[in-house]
Amino acid sequence: MAGAVVAAGLVGVSVKKAAQDLDDREIPLAGLVAAYIFALQMLNFPVASGTSGHLLGGCLAAVLVGPWVGSLCMAVVFLVQALVFADGGLTALGLNIIVMGYVTCFVGYGVFLLLRRVLPATRAGLTTSAAVAAWFGVIASSLVFVLYYAVGGAGDASVATVATAMVGVHALVGIGEAVLTGLTVGAVLAVRPDLVFGAQDLRPVLAMREPLVTAEAA
Amino acid sequence: MGAATRTMSRGRTIGLFVGLGLAVALVLAFFVSPLASSQPDGLEKVSIDKGFDDTAKDHALADAPLADYGVEGVDNARLSTGLAGIIGVALCFAVGAVVLLGIRTLRSRPWSPPTPAAASPSG
Repeated sequence: MAGAVVAAGLVGVSVKKAAQDLDDREIPLAGLVAAYIFALQMLNFPVASGTSGHLLGGCLAAVLVGPWVGSLCMAVVFLVQALVFADGGLTALGLNIIVMGYVTCFVGYGVFLLLRRVLPATRAGLTTSAAVAAWFGVIASSLVFVLYYAVGGAGDASVATVATAMVGVHALVGIGEAVLTGLTVGAVLAVRPDLVFGAQDLRPVLAMREPLVTAEAA
Repeated sequence: MGAATRTMSRGRTIGLFVGLGLAVALVLAFFVSPLASSQPDGLEKVSIDKGFDDTAKDHALADAPLADYGVEGVDNARLSTGLAGIIGVALCFAVGAVVLLGIRTLRSRPWSPPTPAAASPSG
């Protein structure tokens, strides 16, 4: 239940931050990101020995629409999954929003920003940054789950065993996450780089827009 | 001039981009998701191996018409999963857009009660 309270607080902060510089285009884009991540989360891919993995998507959402709007998209996906598809318990909804949504969003976006400083500001550089960052986001998410298990988990397995198993499996799941994130970011950068939040500095067309508008008004 | 036209046309094609993106999501949800692996996912596998999967309880809504990504009454497993995927994609798009629309609406009228003129146009 504490998870629900923390999640509600985080969503509140996201709403406030998202409102600060909301541009009309972000309304359909946020819907699209939520819809796309929902679809990708359905695609379980086999990883190893009878295990599958699926995209979490927070890093992808954060690179495309920014971490604040992105975290709201993630919350929407978990809400729909829990309420309509009975996937993810109602009491675990808050925890899912934190562990799979906020952690992948913000750890992923943080690593993305760090990598962008060292990698060239090109399409390849950005795509690589997003893909690698997505891997770290999934690992961080599995570690936060272990933390939760250590504090309030109901199982008998030792924390160390769970930690090794979770991180081991998710190092593989993270590869799938990295591939899907890289493919998507690369594709959007190819057709509409102006719609990628994490590529704002690469928008020559938008930079030219303001003087044109001023000229029209005068 | 060239740049201006380009900026304007870029502004218009957001609809096309969103439409194409949704089409990709729908195709993935309808055609690809029934082929997805049904093996336990990362967390489920660890919980089974380490013996804490039995701590999971049945979902309160386990009998809902779309529970577990199937449409109640559709017996073809592929079709059932595919349709559930389409419904989920559409719902996520709608809820996501409505949430952001709500945020924008709240922001454009920050905490001020509606003016009498707006509340009752007749008066």
